[in-house]
Amino acid sequence: MTKKVKLDDMSRRDREPLIHLDHEELMRLPPPLDDPSEDRAFSPLSAQVREKYECSLDDTCAVSVPQPKTKEEEEELVKKFLSGLDKLFTRENNWTFLQPLLLTMEHCARCQTCSQACHIFEASGNNELYRPTYRSEILRRLYFKHVKGGGLVSAWQHGQITLNWPLVARLIELAYRCNLCRRCAQTCPIGADNGLVAHELRKLFSQEMGIAAKELHDSGSMLQLKVGSSTGMNSVVVKDNLEFIDEDTSEKTGLEVKTPWDVEGAEVLLIHNAGEILAWPENPGAFAVILTAAGIKWTLSSELAGYDSINYGVWYDDAQFARVALKHAEAARKLRVKKIVLGECGHAHKALSVIADRILTGDLNIPRESSMTLLRDIVMNGRIKLDPARNDFPVTLHDPCNLVRLMGVVEPQREIVRKICPQFREMEPHGVDNYCCGGGSGFAIMSGHNFPDWRFQVAGRKKIEQILNAFSDCLDPSIPKYLCAPCSNCKGQFRDMLAYYGLWENQRILYGGLVELIVNAMTDVKPGFIEWEWR
Amino acid sequence: MTILLYGTIYAALAAFLAACLARAVLYARAPLHLRWELYPVPHEETRRAEHGGSYFEELDWWIKPAQFNLLGELKAMAAEIVFLKGLWEFNRKLWWRSFPFHFGLYLLIAAVLLLLLSALLLIIAPGWMVGALGTSLHWLYTLTGLAGAGLAVMGALGLLYRRLTDQQLKTYTTPGDILNLAFFIVTIGVLAAGYLFRGPAAPSTLTVAVGLVSFDSSVEIPGLLAAGLVLGALLAAYIPLTHMSHFIAKYFTYHSVRWDDKPYLRGGNLGQKMAEYLTYRPTWAAPHIQADGKKTWAEVVMINPAQRVKK
Repeated sequence: MTKKVKLDDMSRRDREPLIHLDHEELMRLPPPLDDPSEDRAFSPLSAQVREKYECSLDDTCAVSVPQPKTKEEEEELVKKFLSGLDKLFTRENNWTFLQPLLLTMEHCARCQTCSQACHIFEASGNNELYRPTYRSEILRRLYFKHVKGGGLVSAWQHGQITLNWPLVARLIELAYRCNLCRRCAQTCPIGADNGLVAHELRKLFSQEMGIAAKELHDSGSMLQLKVGSSTGMNSVVVKDNLEFIDEDTSEKTGLEVKTPWDVEGAEVLLIHNAGEILAWPENPGAFAVILTAAGIKWTLSSELAGYDSINYGVWYDDAQFARVALKHAEAARKLRVKKIVLGECGHAHKALSVIADRILTGDLNIPRESSMTLLRDIVMNGRIKLDPARNDFPVTLHDPCNLVRLMGVVEPQREIVRKICPQFREMEPHGVDNYCCGGGSGFAIMSGHNFPDWRFQVAGRKKIEQILNAFSDCLDPSIPKYLCAPCSNCKGQFRDMLAYYGLWENQRILYGGLVELIVNAMTDVKPGFIEWEWR
Repeated sequence: MTILLYGTIYAALAAFLAACLARAVLYARAPLHLRWELYPVPHEETRRAEHGGSYFEELDWWIKPAQFNLLGELKAMAAEIVFLKGLWEFNRKLWWRSFPFHFGLYLLIAAVLLLLLSALLLIIAPGWMVGALGTSLHWLYTLTGLAGAGLAVMGALGLLYRRLTDQQLKTYTTPGDILNLAFFIVTIGVLAAGYLFRGPAAPSTLTVAVGLVSFDSSVEIPGLLAAGLVLGALLAAYIPLTHMSHFIAKYFTYHSVRWDDKPYLRGGNLGQKMAEYLTYRPTWAAPHIQADGKKTWAEVVMINPAQRVKK
């Protein structure tokens, strides 16, 4: 049994991880994954990685911060951290989130109501390190001591903390052990927000110290701002790919589809997560089929970032977030479209519709709409002909946190699956009380070192439990089952996690989007749009 | 001594109000942050509020009339303020301790207000206090006060016991947390003891209240009761200096963060505020931000750091 960590362990100078994860201690999964001795072993970090990077938090490493070589270098980094900490609490630097951050710092009653809401804490077997308040309490003590200039009375009232490089290094990693799903915040009786704390810490590290997970920054927002998409596709490549998808979709469905590009004055500018185009081409293909069949005047944009709705800045950096959001809005303004419709990508929904709302001023504030809402209108108003019998297999629906708890788009997708999937069953809990897939806040694209082990065995564990429970009446490999996840990042997590647990191979649980289910049920389309093949 | 006691009470009350005001102003004057709402939002249209939905569920929501379900919001607020509904739903074990504590405090506050009302009536219109009204008020503030004191002490003892014994709270408990609860228990305990054991010759609570309102130094307040009043005054002044001032914070965490789903509309006053914030000059030091303390936020976010690197 791992010894329970204390807050001052964060400042420990030895390089040993604070905890080790043991399968016997993790939350038990339902059948057929109920035997912990059959769990996959956690791949250990190599000695080289441990030597090179800061990996003294737990058994994994998400950010790969190089170890400082000298004491002076360490001190310099701590100084930078302190400077960033100060800036986090000034209106000039952090007007974007100052008020909620202050409220969270000043008023947490440390009652731990939030802990049981956190899927990571629960899945880890209530490991103290992953308690939502553990991270927050570290920041809170640093805030009272170093920002508010605490003294003896403050330490007595708010608690002690020792700031040194080991603490900062561990805090960097700890900021990436939260999915930012904010389920904890939903349960806080005061309204404090531990998800926000992880978000603000990530910002501090990125905006002041230039430290962020490379998948989010270098090959995420920076690549998107450089070539137009974090997939690396520029506008020529993306057009080529879509042309291929059009051909393939036309052949497969028997309906002629052609993706329109840069149509001025279109009713709808559709922005996909460009990851769909490469990983799940049937998704943009299905969108094209539905919008064309419904007679909607739509377009894609070939502007820089206009064809990729991702905005990873929303997870770690306000400046990067705003830069990408402005590019999306600019693409829509140039085409003078009536509205932007966001494809199946949860964080893109929240980023552009909710969080960017107040910075998209003047004529950049072009209305944004969820594809769930538009699709509901098309399906429920009979704008396309559907035969639910074509979807007569068990279907469950995953609620992407960004779309549901953080944006309130709950029912449209449900109305659709209820109408077209006779064997639909809910996960429990669902809707705004859902659990994150475990890939939230960028984890779905973070695969460095052995991080996927942690992502699947800890962060995604609760979701695996929910999926198995939802299909508990048909856990039979001869029955194909469909996990509908209308979000690219969630799908990325499911692709990797279902394979990790052998749930496609052994239980025939396939994942996919919502539009695929709709097209699969369209009577004007050749049967069998969903191919029941793993990808 | 009596005047000193009155002075302490008034000074503490002034400190309480000033500190509460300062805290409220601090939060109210913080810049309007980016939207960060959390669903369910109870002022949504009733049908949507039931499942936690938002106006984003409406096709072309921006051309539809905005709906604000005031009743829904008031109902959610009342359930939260009076019954601590969130705690009941998510931490039942704590609710059994926290609810009596908070409800006891509400009753105590109600008792104090009723007592002060009675004192004012006695000064302004003494005739009204003769008969049924005076008797009713007497019983009302007495019973409310005693019930409040009992519930609050019971709840505070339960909370303190949990803080001291529950392993999951220990890591996060500071000496200040213990003091806070102990302060409540001792203060209310001394006040209750001072009232219950005040002796037959002691002035009534109404007489003390009249003395306080009229600065009557002739009222001889028994020592234990006076000690309770001083402790109560100090506690009141202390609360807004701590996280226990969440009765102020909660207004903002709910109305300005969790439930603030107000969309930006062209021509609205949100645009003016944003225009101001975009003139702020950030000093974040990471190279990709390219903030030098001279550029405004508006300029910083128009930079494409990836393309600059290319050059």
